[in-house]
Amino acid sequence: MSPRKITRALLVSLLIVATAAGAHKASDSYLTLARAGSNTAVIEGRWDIALRDLDNAITLDTNGDGDITWGEVRAKHQSIADYALSRLTIESSGALCGITAGEQLVEEHSDGAYTVLLFTGDCPRPSSALTVDYRLLFDIDPQHRGLLQYVEAGAARSVIFGVDSHRQTIGGAETGRFEQLRQYVRDGVWHIWVGFDHILFLLSLLLPAVLVRRGRIWRPATSFSAVAIDVAKVVTAFTIAHSITLTLATLGVVSPNARWIESGIALSVALAALNNVFPVVRHGRWVAAFGFGLIHGFGFASALEDLGLPTGSLALSLFGFNVGVEIGQLAIVALFLPVAFALRGTWVYRRAVLAGGSVAIASIASVWLIERAFNLALPGLAFTG
Amino acid sequence: MGSNVHMGALLAVVLLAIAPVAAKPYIPDTENVVLERLPERTDPSLRDIKRLRSALIQHPDDLGLAIRLGRRAIEAARATGDPRYLGQAQAALAPWWQLVDPPSPALLLRATIRQSNHDFAGAIADLDRLISRNPADGQALLTRATVLIVQGKYTAALADCVRITRLAHPLVVASCIAAPVSLSGDASGAYAALVDALARAQGTNPDLREWALTLAGEIAERRGEYAAAEMHYRSGLALDPRDPYLIAAYCDFLLDQGRAQEVPPLIANQTSNDILLLRLALAEGQLPEDKGAFAEHRQELADRFDAAHRRGDSLHKREEARYRLMLQNDVAGSLRLARENWQLQRESADLRILAEAATAAGDSATLAEIAQWTALNRLEYAALRRPTGDHR
Repeated sequence: MSPRKITRALLVSLLIVATAAGAHKASDSYLTLARAGSNTAVIEGRWDIALRDLDNAITLDTNGDGDITWGEVRAKHQSIADYALSRLTIESSGALCGITAGEQLVEEHSDGAYTVLLFTGDCPRPSSALTVDYRLLFDIDPQHRGLLQYVEAGAARSVIFGVDSHRQTIGGAETGRFEQLRQYVRDGVWHIWVGFDHILFLLSLLLPAVLVRRGRIWRPATSFSAVAIDVAKVVTAFTIAHSITLTLATLGVVSPNARWIESGIALSVALAALNNVFPVVRHGRWVAAFGFGLIHGFGFASALEDLGLPTGSLALSLFGFNVGVEIGQLAIVALFLPVAFALRGTWVYRRAVLAGGSVAIASIASVWLIERAFNLALPGLAFTG
Repeated sequence: MGSNVHMGALLAVVLLAIAPVAAKPYIPDTENVVLERLPERTDPSLRDIKRLRSALIQHPDDLGLAIRLGRRAIEAARATGDPRYLGQAQAALAPWWQLVDPPSPALLLRATIRQSNHDFAGAIADLDRLISRNPADGQALLTRATVLIVQGKYTAALADCVRITRLAHPLVVASCIAAPVSLSGDASGAYAALVDALARAQGTNPDLREWALTLAGEIAERRGEYAAAEMHYRSGLALDPRDPYLIAAYCDFLLDQGRAQEVPPLIANQTSNDILLLRLALAEGQLPEDKGAFAEHRQELADRFDAAHRRGDSLHKREEARYRLMLQNDVAGSLRLARENWQLQRESADLRILAEAATAAGDSATLAEIAQWTALNRLEYAALRRPTGDHR
């Protein structure tokens, strides 16, 4: 063919397309996600995908006769589920929801037959906001759209996924942020409660607060308000210190070695406990709380990082997590202080709780210290805070 | 296992009840039941596209292969009206799609795809770039002329058509020139030149002849020369009986002529094309014996427009305006769409639906605007001179 002939052949085919195309329904899939309520872990899913589109992706018309039969589709149900579900992720509070494929049916839409893929999602960290990343078919047809109908407690809303908007968060911005905050507060509380090293450090500092050291003898403190002020000083110093380092580490200003930090935390617990048995620091326990609090803050930061920080809401998560840590601490103090104050005059408190408890705490912390510093697991002491 | 079955049943009940687009999902009775007919069953040439696609998956950066697939897919989009093929053409160009300055063949296809998606500004920018690279790029000039005509920019379009005089087949040049000239004051001269060029191009490429015949039919119809228009449309259909654009043009002609009963056989099994389905429903609405089919097709159109809205599409506002005016009696909605559409594209069909909606709504400001446009371009358009409200 001469160049001129090629030009001619091309000309017409490219021209009329403007008016003719788009006269036909484009490629869409219909995704439905439903939850009973806003913080429910279980998501029920239904995904209607055109057989024509699936044929383009994974060839349903196995015998190549131009007809897609139910037998051909049924034989491919596993491939369809694998293909589709590998192109959909649902996240809640930064954690992926596990998706399990269910049954498949057939549905006639206005432009042809679709497979109806049922599935369930299970979100380990349920929250009101879901982030959906939809990536079906965009590589084959960038004009494909995913039309999501999200149903929560009977109320529906719709979201359109396109090649440039494949990742979207459902859940209103306001409630979404509030929900995130709530979630981080909860995480902060939880971290304090399950993090035995923090609790033991705090207890070690608080145990002697209801007593006064006279010479070599512990005596019950006389006024509750003096005790409360002492406790407040310790807790506040600890809080300010760990807030500082938590913020610095989360913002990436400093990023100390995790092993040193974990070891330092273990050391802080051991020293605080030993100080109760062999008192060195007597009146300035809040100074110890502040100094070691700086190290604990780095530990909180790595816990927060493990939760997965949502981009764009760093300040929110930092604030929420910190508030949660404080609430968790105050709850411990609120439980501890009245009991300790009531028992402060007894032998049990002074010998068994203060001395015995401190020795026990120091022993556990020493084991942690060795484990963490030398990266070993000592038998019989599997949990390490 | 038992609980799994239960869970499945529960889910099915819940989801099948809430799904927005649901008729009734089902499990077919037998293995052999055909759920879907692929388009390549009626047009085996579409199998090329699948073949080229699998080849391209192995070598996604092969520009030559990508261009071949892109062209085939664009042709398929034209032949079937199915935008999936446009998407596939775009996907083939993926490595070059986001580039500011892609290789010329990719740039041309991108312009064509953008034009098809009614991104006229994007298409013009790509074409400008092509033409500045090579001022003798006949294809780019012709494509730019087409976009400019759709936008109602007849002088600029004509300039591009004149520039391809020695670059393309005389029938291409004559068609390119006839389109803007016929819409801006000299319909009879444009028509005579086009008919003359057609007579001298008996043996040329049938696609090209069909395109020119369609245009000749449209010009003749606008001039009120219905016998000539019908002759051109029929000659075109003899060359390609399945071209949706031509079928739609001829169906509109028949509807205008009060020959609705001739429409259904022309559309036959091409009802997946919304534009043709609309013509079919319009015809059936005038035929008492097709009452049942009419109701069914009208509902199907409603579903299709609804589906398009749900994906955020506004590609066929002109068709929807017509659907709303004539099948839904939604005058206000029709006028709104027709006005929006007129801001984007200015073909004579765009003008006509605007005029009809404005007349039905008694919107004298819009009618004055139309009169001004018609006078400014010295447009000859018989359909606009008809008594209002008579769509036949």
